[in-house]
Amino acid sequence: MKILVLMKMVPDIVEELEVASDGRSLDQEYLRFIVNERDEYALEQALLLKDGLGATVTVVAPDAPEVDDVLYTARAKGADRLIKVTGLPAGSGARATAAALAVTLPAIEGALPADLVLSGCQAIDDLDGFVAPLLAGALGVPYLGLVSRVSVDAAAGKAQVMKEFAGGVMGRFEVSLPALLGIQGCEKPPRYVPVAKVRAAIGAGGIEAVEASAGTAVAPVEVAALAKPEAAGHAEMLEGSAQDVAEKVADILAARGLL
Amino acid sequence: MAGNVWIVAESWKGSISDATYEALALGRELADGLGVRLEAVLLGHGARAAAASLGRADGVLYVDHPALADGVGEETSRALAALAAARGPGLILVPTTNVSWDLLGLLPARLEAPLVNFCREAVVSGGGVEFTSLLYGGKMAATVGAGAGPVVVAVLPGVRPAEAGKGGAAPAVEEVVADFVVGGGVRWLEYEEPEAGDVDITQQDFLVAVGRGISNEANVEVAEELAAALGGAVCGSRPVIDQGWLPLVRQVGKSGATVKPRFYVAAGISGAPEHTEGMKDAELIVAVNMDPSAPIFSVAHYGIVEDATDVLEALAEAVRKRKG
Ligand SMILES: Cc1cc2nc3c(=O)[nH]c(=O)nc-3n(C[C@H](O)[C@H](O)[C@H](O)COP(=O)(O)OP(=O)(O)OC[C@H]3O[C@@H](n4cnc5c(N)ncnc54)[C@H](O)[C@@H]3O)c2cc1C
Repeated sequence: MKILVLMKMVPDIVEELEVASDGRSLDQEYLRFIVNERDEYALEQALLLKDGLGATVTVVAPDAPEVDDVLYTARAKGADRLIKVTGLPAGSGARATAAALAVTLPAIEGALPADLVLSGCQAIDDLDGFVAPLLAGALGVPYLGLVSRVSVDAAAGKAQVMKEFAGGVMGRFEVSLPALLGIQGCEKPPRYVPVAKVRAAIGAGGIEAVEASAGTAVAPVEVAALAKPEAAGHAEMLEGSAQDVAEKVADILAARGLL
Repeated sequence: MAGNVWIVAESWKGSISDATYEALALGRELADGLGVRLEAVLLGHGARAAAASLGRADGVLYVDHPALADGVGEETSRALAALAAARGPGLILVPTTNVSWDLLGLLPARLEAPLVNFCREAVVSGGGVEFTSLLYGGKMAATVGAGAGPVVVAVLPGVRPAEAGKGGAAPAVEEVVADFVVGGGVRWLEYEEPEAGDVDITQQDFLVAVGRGISNEANVEVAEELAAALGGAVCGSRPVIDQGWLPLVRQVGKSGATVKPRFYVAAGISGAPEHTEGMKDAELIVAVNMDPSAPIFSVAHYGIVEDATDVLEALAEAVRKRKG
């Protein structure tokens, strides 16, 4: 079985985000990048399938700061092949990314066809679309999103997957392979890998860099302005030590007859 | 933007979702502002009766097809794209819920139309529509324009009160044929309901919600103590569920439950839109977060910039003391 995992870097929102002087984009100066959290679940799902059934796992990620570390970490966890797609800067947009991958991936020897293409179901900067269904549409393979369990019957060319609905309800679906799945979760949190193993992977190298071919995407949506959200309201802030604020909250609860 | 405004009605397990009525209320404003018709689109099989509650629309377009019975996005997106290609709407509003997720992802590809994601506000301005989208987990808002239609808009839950999208006389329902080829690659088999036995967090008056900011599993215990003192239960955000620190049925938000307790403490939760849509209507919300700019503080009534676990511990103590 062949599995392709798409990962991408997104701004780390633990850091303070600032708007650039153009008023329409993030100030890159203090921006740090981390891997889109859902993509880590996509990788884990691929590795679980590899552990269970045997598979070769190829990880593909657009070039971005820190992406090499993410790719080598994937290798240390068990990925077989690492591909970095250059010429598609972070923030290119889901539309342009999917369009470029749709022409770039088929040109990479041995990357496609894959039985499964897995990607995180959404990223925090997906303003103009979701990469997974856009790419599925372009590649002409079935797509299902918000998946959190995957089991494959390779002989039958089918997968059974669980999709999350609200309130703990799961839907069971049958998907014909090859297919593209947007991953929301996993039966287990992403595996831990010791730093020494990551260092060894970095030492061994082996990231293949591939230049993206430009795809044809619809005109992107235009960002006229970017700003911190105007809130309809803001919390009244309580100050003091943990004990002080706890007493204040208890006062508020008591005043409302909640204690 | 000459075409009509469409709102894709979401019918799941036999009823129209609140997110549909919320988007319908927004659609009503946009259609009136643009001077066009507001049409609700309902896709299903033997589901025509559900159209009766969509009276805030000027009319309902109903597509009946066996392949649309289970709401599989592979098929609904094909039907909707075919219908849109034939009729040329200007805007297609789709509620951003797990039910409409796949339709939302696939429709822009099938229609070769732009998508405006994470839309939490839209206003008519200068003959067009200006959208506001929440990006980066709610930390930034983008003002967005999109060219000529059709434009697909992913409307965040809570964009308007659901009540504002209800009412009106039963609308005229036009049964239309969508000329699409069934994909067949995805088949719905069954729903699995959560195991009974755990607490139902939607029935609690007091909820202590924990997020990634509580740092480790041991601190869930501290939240349990506060919940016990209050007479409520512990719930959590996605990462806490992903880690297996709490079971899936304790999740609050888009993929979890929508809760309206009398008191909700959000401890170490950033306030991403996918979380806040599930708790923003709680009567009293207190948020504890180390980051003074965390989006949760725009939803909470009271905010505390402190270590989450320290505050939970102190609050449990204070509550126990008051209750004697
Ligand atoms: C389709 C989809 C559905 C989703 N459904 C849901 C859902 O149902 N429910 C849900 O919750 N999420 C859902 N999510 C995920 C959502 O987008 C967010 O990623 C998630 O809500 C973030 O959880 P969090 O606030 O706990 O973590 P983070 O966003 O990582 O926030 C952690 C917070 O803790 C604070 N913190 C750190 N240390 C401390 C400390 N010592 N004391 C106090 N504060 C501290 C940080 O400042 C930060 O604000 C969904 C996502 C998708 C794509």
